[in-house]
Parts: sequence; C-alpha cells; structure tokens
Amino acid sequence: MMSCIDTIQAYGLRSIGLGERLLPRSDFTLCDQFVLIGSGMIWNLYFGLGALLLGFWASIGVALMRHAEPWWIRKPADWFVFIFRGSPLFIQFFLFYALFTQLPREGVPINLGFVAFTADTSWLTRAWGGALITLFLNTTAYTGEIFLGALRSVPKGDLEAADAYGFSGWRKFRRITFPTMLRLGWPAYTNEAIFLFHATTLVYFSSFPARQQKGDALYYADYFASKTFNPFIPYPILAMYFIALTLTVVLVYGAAYRRLTRHLPSNRKPRLKIRPQVVR
Amino acid sequence: MFDFCTDPDLLEGSRWLACYLTTPKHMMFYQSFGVVIALLLVTAPIALFVGFLGALATRSHVAPLRWLGLGYSSIVRGVPDIAFFLFVPLALDQLLEWLRHEVKCPDWDEPIRQGNDFVVCAAAKLPLGSAPQIWHELYGITLAIVAFAFVFGAFASHVLSGAMNAVPRAQLETAEAYGMTRGQVTRRILVPQMWAYALPGLSNLWMILIKATPLLFLLGVEDIVYWARELGGSKTSAYSYPHPDWRLWYFTALLVFYLLMTKLSELAFARLERRFARGQATASGMRQARGGKGGPGAGGSKGATA
Repeated sequence: MMSCIDTIQAYGLRSIGLGERLLPRSDFTLCDQFVLIGSGMIWNLYFGLGALLLGFWASIGVALMRHAEPWWIRKPADWFVFIFRGSPLFIQFFLFYALFTQLPREGVPINLGFVAFTADTSWLTRAWGGALITLFLNTTAYTGEIFLGALRSVPKGDLEAADAYGFSGWRKFRRITFPTMLRLGWPAYTNEAIFLFHATTLVYFSSFPARQQKGDALYYADYFASKTFNPFIPYPILAMYFIALTLTVVLVYGAAYRRLTRHLPSNRKPRLKIRPQVVR
Repeated sequence: MFDFCTDPDLLEGSRWLACYLTTPKHMMFYQSFGVVIALLLVTAPIALFVGFLGALATRSHVAPLRWLGLGYSSIVRGVPDIAFFLFVPLALDQLLEWLRHEVKCPDWDEPIRQGNDFVVCAAAKLPLGSAPQIWHELYGITLAIVAFAFVFGAFASHVLSGAMNAVPRAQLETAEAYGMTRGQVTRRILVPQMWAYALPGLSNLWMILIKATPLLFLLGVEDIVYWARELGGSKTSAYSYPHPDWRLWYFTALLVFYLLMTKLSELAFARLERRFARGQATASGMRQARGGKGGPGAGGSKGATA
C-alpha cells in the first residue's frame, strides 16, 4: 500500500507523461483519485491559459476589424464570429480534427519562391496543438464580440476630449479607446474566461485522443467512475477543483478590473458581477 | 429509395450520389436531426419549470429553501456542464436501481457495492434485462433529458431570479398596498412582468441549449454526431458505397445545421422581445408606446457589454 506522498510522486505529473506509466487498476484510494484528477488539471490550465493568452490579442484585432468602415475588412470578421459563435464547440472540435487528419502525413510543401520548406503537420492532430487552435479560434470569436460591444459603447465625450488634446491615430487608440474598451468589456470577458476553462474539459471527449492515457481532469474522473462504477467520489473531486479554479479566475480578473477602474471616483466604480456561463 | 439504385456498382456521378444519400442508414441520420429538435422542445419547458421553482426558492422566506435554491444554481454554474452530463445519468440510474432494490428485494443481504461493482437483484434492474430494446433506448434518452434539465434549470433559475429582482419594487409595493397576499403579488404582478426582463437571458440560454445538444453523443444516444462519425468514416470496397474519409463533409453539414438553428432562433427571439416589451416601463416599451417601430430591448443575445 502506497502512502499518499508516494502517490503524489508517482502520479502527480502523470498527465504529462512523467512518473508511473500504469494507472492504478484496483483498490483506488481517495488519494489516488485526488492526485490523478489534479494531475489532469494541468491540461485544463494549459488549454485555458494558452487559448486566453492568444485569444486576447486576436480578439482585439477581430473587434477592430468589425468596427472598421470598409466592408471588405468588416465582412470576413463578421463571418468568422458568426460561424464560431453560432455552432457548438463540440462540433468544431470534430470538424477541426477531421480537417487536421486529412492533411498529408509527411507535411505540406511550401514554396515561397525564394525559399522552399516542408511544414510539419503531425502536431495538429495532437490535442496539445489541434485542440489549442480550436479553443483559440473559439474564444477569439466570443471575446471579439464582447470587445466589439465595448468598442461601440466608448463614450463619445472621451473621444472628443482626445481630439481636443490633439491625440490622433495610434496614440488616441493606445491612450483612450483601448483602455476604455477594456474596462467596459471586462466583466463580460471574465465570464468568457470562466467558460473557456470549463470548455477545456471537452477536448478529450471529442475526437482528440488521449495518447498513453495522458488526459485532462475530466478524463481521469471518468476513468475512475467507469472503473469503480461509483460516480459519487470522482465527480465531486472534479467539481472541487473547478470551483477553486473559477474562484481563482474571479480573483485575478477582479484584481485586473480594479486596476482598470482605479482612476474612477469611488462612487462611480462599478462592481465586477460574475455571472458564469449565462453570457455565452 | 430510387428504382435505379438496385446495383450500386454500376452507378456514376449524380445518380450514385442520389442513391448514396438515400440509403437506409442515411435515413436514420436524417431522423436523428428530428431527435435533436424533439429533445430541445422537450427539455426547454422542463428546464424553464425547474428554473422557475429554483428562482422562487431563492426568494423564499424559509431559509433552508433559499440556501437550496442559491446552492443549486451556484454549484451547477461553477462546474463544467459536461461533468454533470456524465454524472447525472449515472448517479440517477444507480439511485433508482437502489430504491427499487430496497423495495423489491428486502431479503437480499449482500452489500450493493462489492469492490468495483454495483450489484442489485435482477428484479431491480432498470429497465429489466428482459425488456425490449426500445425501452433501453427510451430510458437512456429520459436520463439524458433529466441531465439537461438539471443543468439548464440552474441557468434558468439564475436568469429568472435576476428578472424577478428587476421588476420595479414600486409595482410590488403598490400591489401590497391594495391588500394582496404574497402569493397574489407573485402570481398577478411579479410573474407576468418578469418575462420582459428575463427574455434576453432566456434567449441566450436557448442558444446555449442548442449548442449543448451534440453532447448527447457522450450519453450514448445515437444522435447526429454518432451518425456523422459512422457514415463519414472511410468505407472499403466491402461496402456497397465505398468512399474515403468524408467526416469533414459530414461535420460541415452539422455545422451548417447548427448555424441555421441559431440564426433562426435569433430572429424569432428578436420578434418575441418586441412583443414582450409592449406596455413595459423600459426604453423599448416606451418607444413602442410612442408609435415607433420599437427596437429589440436592451441587451439581447448580442448585448455583450452587460
């Protein structure tokens, strides 16, 4: 019988392939379940943080494109957001996996005239690459919609004041439009971040395979539930981990929101209201 | 389907495609779209009802009931919904079998959980081992509906309790001043008025519900995702209609189906919102009263800056 410290050493990093190869097969202790499901959370964090980090910048681009005057800039971004917000993420995972497996196994030859090379494509069929790209595109669309709404409600007076001070172009955007947009969109963006972390549990339940049983938290929770035929232990453990994660997101985003609103007089300071998932 | 489909090997071009798309398996694929829509139409009212009860519970004067209402909606919203879709059917199945076991086999002395197994007597199995296949499928779908209603009931409870709080307090106080009881105020003033405030949230919820339907696949229901994988996978020449891996096309078709569903719902909700805003003390309601066309209410499914 292993002690809990041994279990942590053996399975703490199991989800990324370090430590014991074989998963426990019988006599599951509470410690086994806690450690393995926690180990799976590494993937949920990786997908969530990766997609958020990339998606944040891309979504600002999407929002600006949709805010632009010329139709040929606006329309592609409109369609992008429509397609990714109008269809289920689950289907998007299947679609992208089907697409990525269709790519030639030996890579795509790319000839740019002056330089020719072969783009490796095998990483796209792995969850760490393909699923991250899918999540990234998905969150870009949702966040782009949030930031577009915020961009449209930047007060006219702020922009006029910027003009009066002689701000223009990049400087006006950087100093006035962008911070205001961020502040107005932040509460909705917090909800989106929470939802994104929840959505990461879909990765190993759609088409992306968990190679060598390296899966996320829900993958291991499901493993225990199917082995012990007792859902009442692994799922509450999973719920605990996710509630802790949700609270962390709220704390971090709340701190950022306080920073974004630090110049406002205290009676005009809006409180960050968290309404997970309902905005989506 | 067509009479020229008798020998698939001789077919070419559009005729081949016409025959291919009307095979019995494809007919089951098309039927599964109906299953998805039926599930939506069955689940939505149940979830709304559960949410309504939850919202009333959060406003209750009885503290334990209030805690139950608040706890239900916060816990479900704090945890990924897919975890509940996997948990609820399994847990409910075991609960029902255990209850039946206690009633039908009182003299059974072995424990229910033996090592890694869950054992109940044969008479307590749900559905009975001897029951025809259709009952097994219906039981599975029922458990799926319960799981959906459980998760979306919590979301709806949150939206509806927000809407109940948004009804102007003065309206309720006026009703109280007329001598109405608490129940009467709820029935006559609160509930009829809250819909205008709840609609943007509910339309959002409907969209999320539509986009959650492919998760049925995870519950073992033969839904559109199941058939798309089944039909799209590459078929060798052992099959009547051999083809390479076409899953990409099948999933594109599903994507278009969902885009149509959400787009149509969006249009329908915009109309509904105009209808509900009529006579309300909101900006949209006032505009209609002044004889304007009346735009959609504040927010709506696109209102991202809430």
